[in-house]
Order: sequence, then structure tokens, then C-alpha cells
Amino acid sequence: MSHEVHNPVPIKHKYFTPGVIGLIIIAVNGLVFLMGRFFFGIGAVTNLNNQYPWGLWIGVDVAAGVALAAGGFTTAALGHIMHRDEYHAIVRPALLTAMLGYTFVAMGVFVDIGRWYFIWHPLVMWNGNSALFEVGICVMIYLTVLYIEFLPVVTERFIGKVNLPKFLAGFNKPVDKFLRVLDRGLSKTMFIFIIAGVVLSSLHQSSLGTLMVIAGPKMHPLWQTPILPLLFLLSAVSVGFPMVIFESLIASRSLKLKPEMPVLSRLGSMIAPLLGIYLAFKIGDMVIRKTFVYLVDFNTASVMFTIELLFGVIIPLRMFLSPKVLKTPSLLFTASALVVFGVLLNRINNFVVAYNPPYSTESYFPSFGEISVTVGFVAILVLAYRFIVLNFPVISLPSKTAPQTKYTIRGVK
Amino acid sequence: MSGKSRRDFLKSTALIGAGVTGLTTTAKAGPQNILSEDRMGVLVDTTVCVGCRNCEWACKDAHNLPAGNLEDYEDRKVLDTKRRPGTDALTVVNEYSHGKNSSLPIDVKVQCMHCDHPACVSACIVGAFTKHENGTVTWDTDMCIGCRYCMAACPFQVPAFEYDKALNPMIMKCDFCFDRTKEGKLPACVEICPVEALTYGKRSDLIKIARDRIKRNPDKYVDHILGETEVGGTSWMYLASKDFAELEFPKLGKNPAPGVSESIQHGIFAYFVPPISLYALLGGIMWITKRRKELDEEVK
Repeated sequence: MSHEVHNPVPIKHKYFTPGVIGLIIIAVNGLVFLMGRFFFGIGAVTNLNNQYPWGLWIGVDVAAGVALAAGGFTTAALGHIMHRDEYHAIVRPALLTAMLGYTFVAMGVFVDIGRWYFIWHPLVMWNGNSALFEVGICVMIYLTVLYIEFLPVVTERFIGKVNLPKFLAGFNKPVDKFLRVLDRGLSKTMFIFIIAGVVLSSLHQSSLGTLMVIAGPKMHPLWQTPILPLLFLLSAVSVGFPMVIFESLIASRSLKLKPEMPVLSRLGSMIAPLLGIYLAFKIGDMVIRKTFVYLVDFNTASVMFTIELLFGVIIPLRMFLSPKVLKTPSLLFTASALVVFGVLLNRINNFVVAYNPPYSTESYFPSFGEISVTVGFVAILVLAYRFIVLNFPVISLPSKTAPQTKYTIRGVK
Repeated sequence: MSGKSRRDFLKSTALIGAGVTGLTTTAKAGPQNILSEDRMGVLVDTTVCVGCRNCEWACKDAHNLPAGNLEDYEDRKVLDTKRRPGTDALTVVNEYSHGKNSSLPIDVKVQCMHCDHPACVSACIVGAFTKHENGTVTWDTDMCIGCRYCMAACPFQVPAFEYDKALNPMIMKCDFCFDRTKEGKLPACVEICPVEALTYGKRSDLIKIARDRIKRNPDKYVDHILGETEVGGTSWMYLASKDFAELEFPKLGKNPAPGVSESIQHGIFAYFVPPISLYALLGGIMWITKRRKELDEEVK
């Protein structure tokens, strides 16, 4: 290992804090309701019914989960494909978020489908007409790609440090050898996976938008548009960097590290144009389809649409244009959090709020059990993130010395 | 050296592209939508239906659902509330007041419409739905993963799901008595109907019959065969004396429900050209930026 000043290292910090204990309680509560779902059926835990087949789990765990994990492919494109080395400090944390995020998406799908034991069926039973099939296959492959992209972090952690328990100590050498071979192989082939990751992400981020197109008039016209796939892709691309900033600032606060402001500010300066493109398409679509007439009715749909657009896109767009916001951690955090909130709300709106079946007798609101499971999953995700950054070289410690060229995913130069 | 590797790269990309194209044209596509000229249908004349609900009993009886006694179905109190087909009944009859013209109510039997271009067939992630040659849309329990996308997609809000079952929950909907019609029998509901409100026959013949009825009784019927053109046509079609919106039929256009989503889907994946081009483009950018950086370093 070279002696660089700016290197990803396992962070030295204790795991348990009062906040962590709180998260564990939330996670356990979610798992209890999850058991209810597996023992007594989906109806026992959720408020889903024949009118509303999809609810919080699809809207948040799956749709919003995929969108908020977009930091992985956007930073990979920036750092590895555009070769912008100044961003290397954030690529690994973003990759970790994406890896955990997609794992959480897979778990969300697993608990939401009625026959979880048939989750492998799409691998052998293909329906090329189905947008969901495309999403399913792409997410499965991309999750594998993310694990492969993360492998070098694992090999880096253990090469030269393999120390198995006594009775297995004889295997220390072979395991170390294997890790070195693996590491070298990954180095040479990593570029294939990195490009594949970006392509797969672009595909399924947009196909996720195609999902609700088939629902036709069941979906409120403010959201139902043939350009939904494009809007989903653009919003995913624009939420990638805000999510990285959001999560990086939380991590540095929680782990008592100095925020990596120079990198984050530069990253933040790219968000306004991305949000601008998304906003232009969103407004353009509204004007062309003349759906603004629905904004004058005062109802759940119009209010939710306005909140989504105003607080999730327009206000943060204005904020990111200001140099002061980009340089102040608290303001940068607020602006990023607003974009994250906006995309989360957009996915909830698309999959839950906009869905209005012709024979609905009551409206859907998620049950306590559904919310518990979703919040529990998020808690588990945060706990896993914390565990990994404390034990694996993910977060780069900032230093006053100029950063040297060091690739976060080796093999990509 | 670099020129060579770039040429190799282009060559291998072209090869992969050709390979995948060949693969997709030969590989088995998604479920076929066979639209036979002779496909069957049912014409429901709501002006004839008396709301006896015998069809509900016959349907349950034919599908091994708890049916109870046929006599119990004479109780008309059930008709006070509007019901939907569900996991316990694949068809239900709803009653509507006729309004000023008559004191007699209007009864409407509801079940799966068996669309000519079914949204469920297009949407299903594993292709568990099939549109058969005789018009029937069936669901395959051995394939279904229980994702309920068919329910989100169906324009008539028909498929139902067994939410209370932890293991092997089913998607339930009318199967047009596929097993009975195969043996030459009538669908159970058509067979039992005492007033011949239901006419089973070739879809093209049914449209002629329906047109004829409207022509002979223009005062009795509204000039609209519901299902003739809605979402690209359905196997089950309805005649009524009142606007269909007042009988709680959803207002639907003539375009098949899966039309837009399928063209988007096939546009994004046309012979895998767009994804492969994107891959090649990104690979190119990656190579160029890398080369540029190497040159920069050499200059230094």
C-alpha cells in the first residue's frame, strides 16, 4: 500500500451510541411486523386491498429506494467514466449507499410480492412486453454489479491481514493468495462493470417510470404522461449528487469528522443545471398536455403536486444557484435534503397518490405495520452503513495536503 | 497501438450487437396475443337481466368456491350495495335505478371483460396471463409471483388477490369457463341464465346481433355497444338502456391499454441497440478521458 495522505480508511469510532440503540429498536419493531406478513399474509399487516394493490412498500421501498440509490451510478459516471479524480473521495461512500440501497429494494420486493419463494421466476420466465420484467432483471443484474464493484474494498481490507481463528489458521495463506488473485482480476476487468452499472441504471431508472403508464386513466393526469420514463431518469440523475451530499454530511456529523466541503461544494454546483433540465421537462409536459388546469382544483393531488414541485425542485434549484449555499454546510445540507424529499415524494405521488382506481370506495393510507416495516428497513440500512464504514476503507479522511491520484475502485485509470 | 485497440473495440461491439440481435429474433418472445377471427364472446343485454343472481351461484359452483344454496340468492337485499368481483365471487350483479323512464331497476353483471389486447397479459412480469385463441384470458398459478401488477394495470379493476393467505395466494378472476368451453359446454353463467340476458357466440356475430337489436328498438337502447371498441375491444360486450357512465362503467378510450407502455418499452430496447450504443458511447468517453489524462501527465 502506498503512503498517500488522502486515503479511504476504516473510521475509528465506537459503534453504539444512544442514536444507534434507537435505530435498533425501530429495526426490531419493523422485523416483528415483517414476521406477521410472512405468517398471516400481506392483508394482515398492510392496508392493501383489491382497489389499491400497490402501496407504501412499492412506492417507497422499491421506487424511491431505486431513485435515492442513484448516487452510485452518477458518481461512478463522474469519477470513473469522466475521470474527474477530484471526486474520488465520495465515490466509495456513494457506492456503499447504492449497494445497500439496492439490497433494501430487493428486500422490499421480496416482502411485497405474494409468493416470495417464486422471486426467481423472472429469470426463467420472460415477458419482454412488461416494464416490470425489465425493471426486475436490470435491478437483479445491477445489484450483482454493485457487489462486484464493492469487492475491491473487501480485498483491500483483508489483503495481508487475513487472520482466521486458530483451528483455521492454516488457511490464512491460501485465503490471502486468493484475495490477491481476485484483486488483480478485478483490477483488469473493473471498467466493464462500471460502464455496465451506468447503462443498467439508466435503463431501469427509466423503466421504473414506464411502470405506471399502463395504468392509463387510473392515474391522475398531473402525473400520467408518456414521458414518465424520461422524467424518472432525469429526476434520478438530479437526486444522485444531493443524496451523496446529504449522506456525507450526516456521516461526518455522526462520526465526528470534518465535512469534505471542497468536494461537496463542487458536487453541489452541478446540481442546479440537472434540476433545471428536469424542471423544464416537467413544466413543458404540463404545458403541452394542458394539465395545469388540475392545479386550480384544491384536492390531495394538486396539493401534493405543488409541494413536490415547489419544495422538491424549485426552491432547492434556487438555493443551489447561490454560492453562499454551496459553501455553507447547513444550507448545502438543507438544499440537498429538499431534493431528496422531492424525489421521495414524487415516487410516492406516482405510485400511491396519483393512483385512483375507478371503483374505489375508500382511499388508501399505509397501516402502522407497513410504515413500521419500511422505517425498520431504513434503520437496518443505516446500521449496516455504520458498521461497514467503521470496519472497511470507505470514507476518505480529509487532509490539508493536496489529494493525490488514487482510484477508489482500482483498475480504473 | 491505441488505434488498433479502438478498432478491436468497435469490432467486438459490432459483433456483440449482431449476436444479441440474432438472439432476440430467434428467442421466444413474451406471450403471444393470438386474435382469432372466430374468437368467442358474450353479449350482456342489461335490459333483459332481472337480477336473479343465478349466474353468481353457477359461477361459484363451477369454480369450486363456496356457493351455498341457489334459493338463498333470491334475497334481493344484497343488491342494495354495489359489489365488485373478488376472491369469493368471480362475477357479481349490481342494481341501478332506472330513473324517470321506468320503475324497473337495471341489473348489470360484472366480471373480467377478456380484452382483445389485455393489459394484464402485457404487464405480467412472468407472462402468467395468456390470451387464448377463443378469446379467453387465463392466469397460470404455477408462474405467478404475486406482484399484483396485473391489478394495477387492468382498466376495469377486475383481478383480485388473496391478501389473507400467507402461502400461495391466488389472483382470482373470471376465466370464461375455459375448461368448460374446451369441452364444448357453455360458460356456467350463460348456461344457467333463465332469461337469456347472456348470449354466447362468435364475437363478430354478437356485434351484428347487438347492432340489430339497437336498430329494431332505438327507443329502448342507447346507441353504444360497450366493449366493441373500448380499450381495443373486449370479448364481453354490453347493451343498455342508459348511458354506461351511469351504470358505473369506466370511461375508456379506443386505444388498447398496453399500447403506449409497449411502444416505450420496445423503443428503449429495439434489438438492444440503444443499451449497446450507450455502453459503447460510455466506453468511448472513458477511453478518451483516460488517454487525455495520460497525455497531460506525460507533458508534466
